[in-house]
Amino acid sequence: MLELFGTTLPSRLLLGTAQYPSPAILADAVKASGTSVVTVSLRREMAGGKAGEKFWALISALGTKILPNTAGCHSVKEAVTTAKMAREVFGMNWIKLEVIGNHDTLQPDVFGLVEAARILSEDGFSVFPYTTDDLVVAERLLEAGCKVLMPWCAPIGSALGPVNIPALRSMRAHFPDVPLIVDAGLGRPSHAATVMELGFDAVLLNTAVAKAADPVGMARAFGKAVEAGHEAFRSGMLEPREVAMPSTPTFGRAVFA
Amino acid sequence: MKLIVNGEALEITATTLAALLAALDYEGDWLATAVNSDLVHKAHRAEFHLSDGDRIEILSPMQGG
Repeated sequence: MLELFGTTLPSRLLLGTAQYPSPAILADAVKASGTSVVTVSLRREMAGGKAGEKFWALISALGTKILPNTAGCHSVKEAVTTAKMAREVFGMNWIKLEVIGNHDTLQPDVFGLVEAARILSEDGFSVFPYTTDDLVVAERLLEAGCKVLMPWCAPIGSALGPVNIPALRSMRAHFPDVPLIVDAGLGRPSHAATVMELGFDAVLLNTAVAKAADPVGMARAFGKAVEAGHEAFRSGMLEPREVAMPSTPTFGRAVFA
Repeated sequence: MKLIVNGEALEITATTLAALLAALDYEGDWLATAVNSDLVHKAHRAEFHLSDGDRIEILSPMQGG
């Protein structure tokens, strides 16, 4: 089982709650995925408190752990204040830290990310940083107090899947004891299975499920893929080879000529 | 006094953050407030005095990825 900040999580899939066709489909997708953690955000309340309260009632009924994010923050100050506001609303120290550096690519501002991670870690937060696959940035985040890393595998919402597998493999090899969660860029269950086969501890995704033709079916499919990939990693896969090798024994083969 | 509340310019007579929330009919436990980019804890809203031009953010839980 996956353990993060002293909490044991049965599922290795973390699921976002945005962009579903309806609240009911969101709830069904969360259940079908088997996820133990859902991500949420804080946004301007425009209905006197009722919009947030309604959404919160839906989420809390799901019984999963909550991971608030700082999505859309472009500066250290914005991200830190949003994290503190999330802590007040949700009463917990977990924060998915996003400091966005570019409007178009939604690439993290890794310099601001490290700075914000340090401020929040020192303030008692359990920081889940949305980062790149850069090893030096990863080291700086760990020095800043992070205990888990969440590299992208492709830009947010792109559905490209792992575009740089050697970089992900290298990250896994460099940080064998740090929980690594692929966050962003997954498009289909085979992508999730691929990164789990590389030994990643979990995946976090949203758009690939929420925007599927059948989000509930896709949530279930991702749940299975994550489990399959993880079990395959633990079971020791064959290395590919370029020559054929018979699987049926050649010994005892009949000779008819 | 002029305040910017969730990006909107408003003319308000309330002088504290708690009074502002009441005047705008905000209620419930699922709100977080910030004034001029700093968190103001729920417990401090009643004694937090607002000044002309303050920027107030009132946030609540929403969908997120």
